[in-house]
Amino acid sequence: MTLQALLLLTSGLFCIGIYGIVTRRNAIALLLSAELMINAVTINLVTFSRFGNGVTGQVFAVFTIALTVAEVVVGLAIVILLFRWRREIAVDSANELRH
Amino acid sequence: MTGSLLFFALAGSILLAAVKVVASRDLVHAVLWLGVVLVVTAGMFLMLGAPFLAGIQLLLYTGGVITLMLFGVMLTRRHREIGVEIDSSRRLPGALGSAALFGAMAAAILRTDLPAWPAAAPLPAIEIGRAFLTDHLVAFEVLSILLLAAMIGAIVLGRQRDFGDEPEPLYRRGGRP
Repeated sequence: MTLQALLLLTSGLFCIGIYGIVTRRNAIALLLSAELMINAVTINLVTFSRFGNGVTGQVFAVFTIALTVAEVVVGLAIVILLFRWRREIAVDSANELRH
Repeated sequence: MTGSLLFFALAGSILLAAVKVVASRDLVHAVLWLGVVLVVTAGMFLMLGAPFLAGIQLLLYTGGVITLMLFGVMLTRRHREIGVEIDSSRRLPGALGSAALFGAMAAAILRTDLPAWPAAAPLPAIEIGRAFLTDHLVAFEVLSILLLAAMIGAIVLGRQRDFGDEPEPLYRRGGRP
């Protein structure tokens, strides 16, 4: 378990998330892909707290986890609102800001 | 030796499950695969000497986020949409773009002369708690306000609201079921 292997793992995970963001058109699937990318970032933070020294990496990992949870809560509320209004949640159909 | 074997097993299953998340045609399967990614990540945190974070990961993500996501998927899906969630015209550019980004990042990682840091000892939760209440106190309070704002925002957004006559979707793929 080296620093390099961990960094390669997280960049791979991040790029898989980017692929998902580009190809999906369902709003919830976009949230899932964003979760993958944030997860990669969290692993990175923990990695550097392990191989550097100090508690800061883990503190920031707690921050990213809490931010992600807040993002999911608000994002899903928006998605459900969108569904109630449009009856579908494909992001390319929601291209207007007005009612 | 056993440690690195375990590491590669965990890393491999994270990557495999992540590919399943972005490639599954059924969104419920994608959410469940995301659950696999998050649980295995908690195992990775344990290996990295972060037991507190592993616990948080399990509690918040697999307990909260996955359940919410499943609710979201099941509340918003319609039968005719199952299986058409991936835009196949964007598949090739997406694969090329993300592969190029990964190549660039991997080249940067492999070329950089990373210092051979010794692995630190596992960090007990008491250290994290102390850091939160001393060095990072302001950030901690900001985080609390953010969580409160997210909660209020979700309540406001999720209120029942009258949209009047249901408007037509901008365009339809196929008829209504």
